Amino acid sequence: MEILGRRVLLTGLGTFWGGKVAQSLESHPDVDVIVGMDVTEPIVELERTEFVRADETYSILSRIVEATQVDTIVHTFMVVDSTQMRTRRLHEINVIGTMNLLAAAGCAGTPVRRVIVKSSGLVYGCSGRDPLWFSEETPRTELPQTAIEESLVSAEGYLRDFAQDNPHVTVTLLRFSSVLGNDISTPFTETLSRGFAPSIFGFDPQLQFIDEDDVVAAIEFATSADVPGIYNVAGDGLIPWSEVAKICGATNLALPPIGTEFFASLMRRTGLVKFPPEVLQLLRFGRGIDNSRLKDLGFVYKYSSLGAVERFAKTRRLSKAIGESQKSYTYDKDVESFFHHSPAVVRSTQSDSTSDTF
Amino acid sequence: MQPKIRLEGTICGRPGTDTKELLELPVMAQNNRAESFASSKGNTIVPIKRSTDLGSQNVNSTRLSDVDEWGRSESLRSVARRGFQFFYDSYFRVEWEGLEKIPTEGGALLVSNHAGAIPMDAPIIMHGIEESVGRPVYGLADHFFRKLPVAGTMWSRLGGVPAHPDNAYRLLRDQRQLALVFPEGTKGTSKVFTQRYRLRRFGRGGFVEIAMKAGVPIIPIAVVGSEETMPIVFKINSLAKLTGLPYFPITANWLLMGPVLGTALSFPAKFKLRVLDPVHFNVPPDQERYSKSRVMDESESIRVSIQEALYDMLAHRGNPWLG
Repeated sequence: MEILGRRVLLTGLGTFWGGKVAQSLESHPDVDVIVGMDVTEPIVELERTEFVRADETYSILSRIVEATQVDTIVHTFMVVDSTQMRTRRLHEINVIGTMNLLAAAGCAGTPVRRVIVKSSGLVYGCSGRDPLWFSEETPRTELPQTAIEESLVSAEGYLRDFAQDNPHVTVTLLRFSSVLGNDISTPFTETLSRGFAPSIFGFDPQLQFIDEDDVVAAIEFATSADVPGIYNVAGDGLIPWSEVAKICGATNLALPPIGTEFFASLMRRTGLVKFPPEVLQLLRFGRGIDNSRLKDLGFVYKYSSLGAVERFAKTRRLSKAIGESQKSYTYDKDVESFFHHSPAVVRSTQSDSTSDTF
Repeated sequence: MQPKIRLEGTICGRPGTDTKELLELPVMAQNNRAESFASSKGNTIVPIKRSTDLGSQNVNSTRLSDVDEWGRSESLRSVARRGFQFFYDSYFRVEWEGLEKIPTEGGALLVSNHAGAIPMDAPIIMHGIEESVGRPVYGLADHFFRKLPVAGTMWSRLGGVPAHPDNAYRLLRDQRQLALVFPEGTKGTSKVFTQRYRLRRFGRGGFVEIAMKAGVPIIPIAVVGSEETMPIVFKINSLAKLTGLPYFPITANWLLMGPVLGTALSFPAKFKLRVLDPVHFNVPPDQERYSKSRVMDESESIRVSIQEALYDMLAHRGNPWLG
């Protein structure tokens, strides 16, 4: 069931996920227009995505929605890694940003019919009272302890209100497990790449991972299919953290089980190991999110949890041997403007008709 | 257009607000989840790694450990069984009655009485069934264990699982395993010696509801001997509060052998176990709720059947140490 001529607005185009999703959407012939917003320029090369510079809280969003008549909003700009920024900014982006985004999407006469939001399994929390697997309905057992969880929980709250107030809009909420991949920077990838695997002494939790390619594929799946609801997105199966360390050849750094956060903050100071509180909690009890609902809809994962870890370890070994690949692309406004709009550029048929609309 | 049905989902958190929400989901997502695990049924022999998920899509993947999704490791478990065999055979001299009533395949919930300050009934039941029936037994216990460093990890490697209804359902229904539960919980193990062999309330009947939901029988097991392994003389509640333990017992073992040896060593009571007839509930599985009165009746009748079996076994027992 495809609607022809989709017009998509993407948040966080300058981030890793935004760029990847935009790239994958460009290859969809039924997507006519892709507008990407961010404060920073895109870091990947894009064929026909239009970049709009906007502030993090999307104050100009309603104007963009009206001007471009987008029918789909893909909200990838949810920060799920608290080491990337201070709490204040995190709150602005996740909570205020989502609030403004949904306000713009829900205003009177809005053309928006679909909203896809990228959230995280962090909303389930992590405590000793948890079940092994969280389904989409399982409530969290303890109140959010960390700023990141709190911000994601309230952002999801706004989304729930939005879904209730706008029954004509298809709302898809994706909750991802910890991501591994050669291109993405997360506390796990950063620390494992440096050859360390911090742990809490006496604990060996069951962890779940997803490969970065599967994340992009899942967002693409949700964008192209009509799949309202909440979906956990994570690789199959759980692996003990000690086994992950073994696969990646990382050295175990055991933190004491009491006063863990204090010792971890010392470690964070060294800059070598950046494990924020929400990841430390994961190293104590682990977390599994049940991915069967999305699989039942026909989504196929390329990698299991174990597969994602193995792939990550393999690419790390490769880049150790041949060096990091240099990022060759930098965004240049004039160049992009030329390639996107100049009549001198010969465009392929699929994007031909669309590029004139701007 | 796909047919749509209402789906109730929870957006996490937001205490105090109504957490049900009204997103809609196509019907196909409502397929019974259990069916996707249909491939995991069948007879099982001991070295079981029943993880239905791991490696299923990555044929090339090889695990570096045999830890399953519950954290159980069959290799560690077999090492532990080898070490425990002496205690099982020569120290506690375990005798079973009706072991053939333990099913060789399919899920079942084993329900037993629970006693002793550090209860030996759990390892003995798990050891006995794994050795003689050849199936793993997952022991459901308080999440308290999960929070202990080292001991918590070992507990989980050796088959311990936090007693959460979702965990029990998945073990029993999706993975068709044997799970062991003590409905008395710490009310059973914290009894002082003068209260021995008097069963406590069986919780709120949650174990019956789980068995109904999972569509598995309950197999009651009566255990004689555990009460004498580490009898509690009295309890110090203030110390329990201070240490965060569920109870702080002063045991006869402590009084005789001191705190170190008295904690490590149980008295060599003779163990006798009797497996009672499986209780089948003729109710459809996967219901949202079951009649509370029916649940409580079943729970009470299982409690009574174990209690009566205990009285019968005690009436025939000569001496706690020799049987």
